[in-house]
Amino acid sequence: MTRAVTRETSEDRAPSLLLNEEQKMLSKTAHDFIRSRGPAARIRSFRDSGDEVGFSRELWGEMAELGWLGLQIPERYQGMGLGFFDLAVVLEESGRELMPEPFVSTLLLGAQALLLGGSEQQKRALLPGVAAGDTLVSVGYEEAGRQGGASLPAMLANESGDGFELSGEKLHVLDGHMADRIIVSAATSSHGCTLFLIDPAQPSVTVTRQSRIDGLSSAIVRLEGVPVKRDAMVGELDAGAALLEAVFDRASVGLAAQMLGASEQAFADTIDYIKEREQFGVPIGSFQALQHRAVSVYTDIALTRSVVLAAARAVDESPVEVPRLASLAQAMASDTFMHAAKEAIQMHGGIGVTDAHDIGFYMKRAQASYMMFGTPAQHRKRWAELHGY
Amino acid sequence: MTDLEAFRAEARAWVVENAPKSLWGTSASGPFEGYWGGSKCEQTDPDLLRWRDLGIEKRWTAPSWPEEYGGGGLSREQELIIHEEMKAIGVPRPVGGQGLAMFGPVLLQYGNDAQRAQHLPPIARAEVRWCQGYSEPNAGSDLANLQLKAARNGDELVLNGQKIWTSHANLSDWIYCLARTDPSAPKKQMGISVILVDLDTPGITVRRIDLISGYSPFCETFFDNVRVPAGNLVGVENEGWTIAKAILGYERSSIGRSIARQPGSAQREVVARARRHLSVPEGVIPDPLLRDELAALGMLEEAFHLTLARIQQSAESGTPGPEGSITKIVGSELKQRRFELGMKVAGAQGLGWEGPGFDEDDLQYTRDWLRSRASTIEGGSSEIQKNIVSKRVLGLPEGKK
Repeated sequence: MTRAVTRETSEDRAPSLLLNEEQKMLSKTAHDFIRSRGPAARIRSFRDSGDEVGFSRELWGEMAELGWLGLQIPERYQGMGLGFFDLAVVLEESGRELMPEPFVSTLLLGAQALLLGGSEQQKRALLPGVAAGDTLVSVGYEEAGRQGGASLPAMLANESGDGFELSGEKLHVLDGHMADRIIVSAATSSHGCTLFLIDPAQPSVTVTRQSRIDGLSSAIVRLEGVPVKRDAMVGELDAGAALLEAVFDRASVGLAAQMLGASEQAFADTIDYIKEREQFGVPIGSFQALQHRAVSVYTDIALTRSVVLAAARAVDESPVEVPRLASLAQAMASDTFMHAAKEAIQMHGGIGVTDAHDIGFYMKRAQASYMMFGTPAQHRKRWAELHGY
Repeated sequence: MTDLEAFRAEARAWVVENAPKSLWGTSASGPFEGYWGGSKCEQTDPDLLRWRDLGIEKRWTAPSWPEEYGGGGLSREQELIIHEEMKAIGVPRPVGGQGLAMFGPVLLQYGNDAQRAQHLPPIARAEVRWCQGYSEPNAGSDLANLQLKAARNGDELVLNGQKIWTSHANLSDWIYCLARTDPSAPKKQMGISVILVDLDTPGITVRRIDLISGYSPFCETFFDNVRVPAGNLVGVENEGWTIAKAILGYERSSIGRSIARQPGSAQREVVARARRHLSVPEGVIPDPLLRDELAALGMLEEAFHLTLARIQQSAESGTPGPEGSITKIVGSELKQRRFELGMKVAGAQGLGWEGPGFDEDDLQYTRDWLRSRASTIEGGSSEIQKNIVSKRVLGLPEGKK
């Protein structure tokens, strides 16, 4: 029997899924720094002290000095000019301790929107500040009743004079209360939306911080006839949906890297616990009922690591593969993180559901990450479409 | 161009030029496909035989074995490249089977010079086929409980007992067995030795086992006062358990890899079956739940392939480690899910055993589905693999089983 042989380059040989020596060093440095300076327990202190920022600007500045915030930003905008893969290495470590710093809002949403769609002027104005840790840029896309950034938002951009007037409300704008700029999606016609860069300090903008379970900070951003010039457009007129999709793809890959790190840490803490905790006179980790479930989490993490690395590599090296692999990474990392977090709580027993123990924060973040850029089911639907069925 | 890139170009050119066209696209080129060799071989496809002969002549049946033992004397990296290039066009290796994939590498590591010189070249030339004598009726997952007795009698060992699940013993020439050489050893893992037995030796009876699929790839092998030279014992007497574990390592990783096939092929296969049986020749498959299951299968398949690649890229030595357990667990699960979904979309047309009303592909698929139930059992059940990962990777304490 002879079948037609298709030699698709993407399937021919797998991309390199290994870290080079510099990346291994970066991973180790980030691991040690974040473990000592940014432990997950900070989420509790920020919450209990009613901290108005919700994360540490000082720590963010230190990470900027280490070069981590500008890893992927080109050198002409004062970044390091490396790749998304390098950024993913740091993101994984930041995920281990559920860092509330603005990785997702600024590095994965704002900076990617600028890199993919921003004008030269916008990039020059904002990216150096992002790399330096001084400028926070978020993206507002969630609206009431329109989860996940619908292709036609309810926020309206009406043409007015030589620009537009924006009106509407965005929810869950990550770090919206601290952002120096916010990129919002608004309907510019009956069929298309456009992204606009706004300054939340403008008088007709109201920013209200939201209180969430997961340690991340977000805000409701209300625009009431906010005037913007045409040069505030990010990308082309009516081309906002496609641009947003490309931004979400990269953000999904980056978030998946954070979820990978978070899963690994929740799992490692759980393994340590079941080796120590004794019942019936033996460590509970000697029970096969727990051992086999632990291996199941371990297996999920091993698979997730492979898809996250492949997706991050694709952002740098094979853009045509990004949508498919981003959906794969986001779907698998979400399921894995949720699996790891649920088992972590169950295996910790009663202590796992107390506020005093950090493991509960992993469950809360898992829930937030699960739906941030589409649920696993939505990504599977997209995967099916991309594969023609 | 690096040396390895140059070698890849050379390997690709040779494979493309020499592999018979009828074999292209027929295989994922796992180690257990194609021509298995031996004196009782039933394969007669002339292209398969020609491909075997070309491979033997090129010394690419065992590319990384030393030349003195019939190998190509190449590095492991070069061997990998050759296999990748065969896989890329979907041709099987010129010779496959247990001798090359499992027994040979272990004999290279643990055998003595005389054993290597006697047994390795005929494997590389596909003249002798090997099978494995591990499991017994009371030694399945608890393999160390094996009871096949090998008693010393002068220069000979006398074997009495029974093996089961000996794959293709009816088509093999030799068997490598685990046998108990010291019944009084204090632990059951002690007192075991690896012994090589010519299956034509008097006292051996081989009986095939019929499976639910109608296939009979496994046999029972009985030993009744079977006398073999004492020189057929491999490695150190009574310390065979170490060798046994090494062979199981090769088995785990090769089973995982042999399931791999072409990336994306499981998804394509089941989508094609769904289109045929549900009359949706093209476009979106209307049932959203089925689409979700297909996508979940496709995603698992892609993740599995990427994980195999990642493990391969990071392997510093050629000896498979406990991560082979992961690929065995996931690979066998993937295989079962693929057939389960393929059966589901076929509906009643998947129920055919033989005869009118069913087409050949569907009949074959149904039997392959039944056969796939064994994939999470053979070569160490998924539960045993989980025990291995639990102990050796996660470092969890041993408990009562």
